[in-house]
Amino acid sequence: MAPTSGLPDAEATLAALAERMRSAVAIDAKLVGIFSGGAWLADRLAQLLPGDHPIGYIDVSFYRDDYATKGLRAKVETTALPFDIVGARVVLVDDVLYTGRSVRAAINELFDYGRPESIELAVLIDRGGRELPIEATYVGARVAVARDLSIVLNRHPDARLELTVEAAGSAPRE
Amino acid sequence: MRRVNNPQLNERGELTHLLTLEGLPAEVIRRILDTAIPFVSIAERDVKKVPLLRGKAVFNLFFESSTRTRTTFEIAAKRLSADVINLNIGVSSTSKGETLLDTIDNLVAMNADMFVVRHAQSGAPHLIAQHLSRTGRRHIHVINAGDGRHAHPTQGLLDLFTIRHYKKDFRGLTVAIVGDLLHSRVARSLIHGLTTLGTPEVRAIGPQTLLPTALESLGVRVFHDMASGVRDADVVVMLRLQSERMKGSLLPSAGEFFKHYGLTAEKLALAKPDAIVMHPGPMNRGVEIDSAVADGEHSVILPQVTFGIAVRMAVMSILAGTS
Repeated sequence: MAPTSGLPDAEATLAALAERMRSAVAIDAKLVGIFSGGAWLADRLAQLLPGDHPIGYIDVSFYRDDYATKGLRAKVETTALPFDIVGARVVLVDDVLYTGRSVRAAINELFDYGRPESIELAVLIDRGGRELPIEATYVGARVAVARDLSIVLNRHPDARLELTVEAAGSAPRE
Repeated sequence: MRRVNNPQLNERGELTHLLTLEGLPAEVIRRILDTAIPFVSIAERDVKKVPLLRGKAVFNLFFESSTRTRTTFEIAAKRLSADVINLNIGVSSTSKGETLLDTIDNLVAMNADMFVVRHAQSGAPHLIAQHLSRTGRRHIHVINAGDGRHAHPTQGLLDLFTIRHYKKDFRGLTVAIVGDLLHSRVARSLIHGLTTLGTPEVRAIGPQTLLPTALESLGVRVFHDMASGVRDADVVVMLRLQSERMKGSLLPSAGEFFKHYGLTAEKLALAKPDAIVMHPGPMNRGVEIDSAVADGEHSVILPQVTFGIAVRMAVMSILAGTS
């Protein structure tokens, strides 16, 4: 498979994702983006979806299951959930759903803030390859790429989003 | 003074023990400070715990008594979900004649993963780290929680974290450290950290008898007069005057010391208007610091304690993730 040519356009995919979420997401849902790609997407979705959705950000580094083998990541962002998780309807937002391990970590972390009413999952790209029984509620696009490649979401200075593929191993698998 | 063979770093340059800030590369120090930021907010949650060190056994080995430092290490380890075992060795094994390294070997046989060591003897944590590495137990990490007059790196790091939190950048800062620098491992660690991170002016203020001789070689400006030393400082760090030092000929009396070097509102007024006042604790009110200053708007002494837990969590989680 050709590296970049097989990837959909990130902006068009985001528009498609927002369209699918538009009539389905609870009006009071909190959007929680997983750093860093999911955080950018949560910001954008809050603008694209009707209603006024509070935004939170989550860094799952302290909950990852590869800490014992890979250690702590070089850069850890601060999780910021500026609302009460207890009883909240949460939509976790991530750029690429692959093994499901990041989402597992994010759900664990959310529960350390309280017991949410519900958690849904919105992802820009579902690339298959799950290692845990986790599925997205809303998907922008489904893409197949070779196992030795990572799909990476980039943000340009003008805030435009773009998808690229990189050799896996440079970054931990999501 | 960067050692080619730094015993704190593995062959990939990653931190595997924390023994001293001396010779620690700036990027290693910055990574610890950066990592501590997300740990500060853990303390504000309902569940003040993350699972990073789940199943790990952290031994607090205190050969010299300390309540605060031991407690903050204990809290840090527990918030990382580690099992914490506190040992006050002064009153157990050593008094029965066991050597330091025999104590360590026994605790390793109990499957220790990390040692937090305080010892009256400079170099004791270093000796333990060397022993572990020589006997092929590199997966066990050592943190120096204060050794003799030598170093107290986590206190130095929490001081650096506090300064950066309020002042954002070390370049352009004037930091004045006041009091008994001679016996202070806290001051030594802070000075190494400040100079490594590029602080242009680090000052030491105190009577000749309480200042070590080689301060200038560390890049420190020495003042014996409080007024000129504190002038235009961004940060004033007061050190604890240890009462046992009063007994010798180093100082006339606590009252005399306060008159010359105690931090009062009048002396603090000479520093920058937005200066912060720090103290590693425990404070002697009326000896090195006036109550009005300790509790005043410039004081960040209690935030230092809170940040200290986050910094120790950062150090432990970086070490335990390094093989």
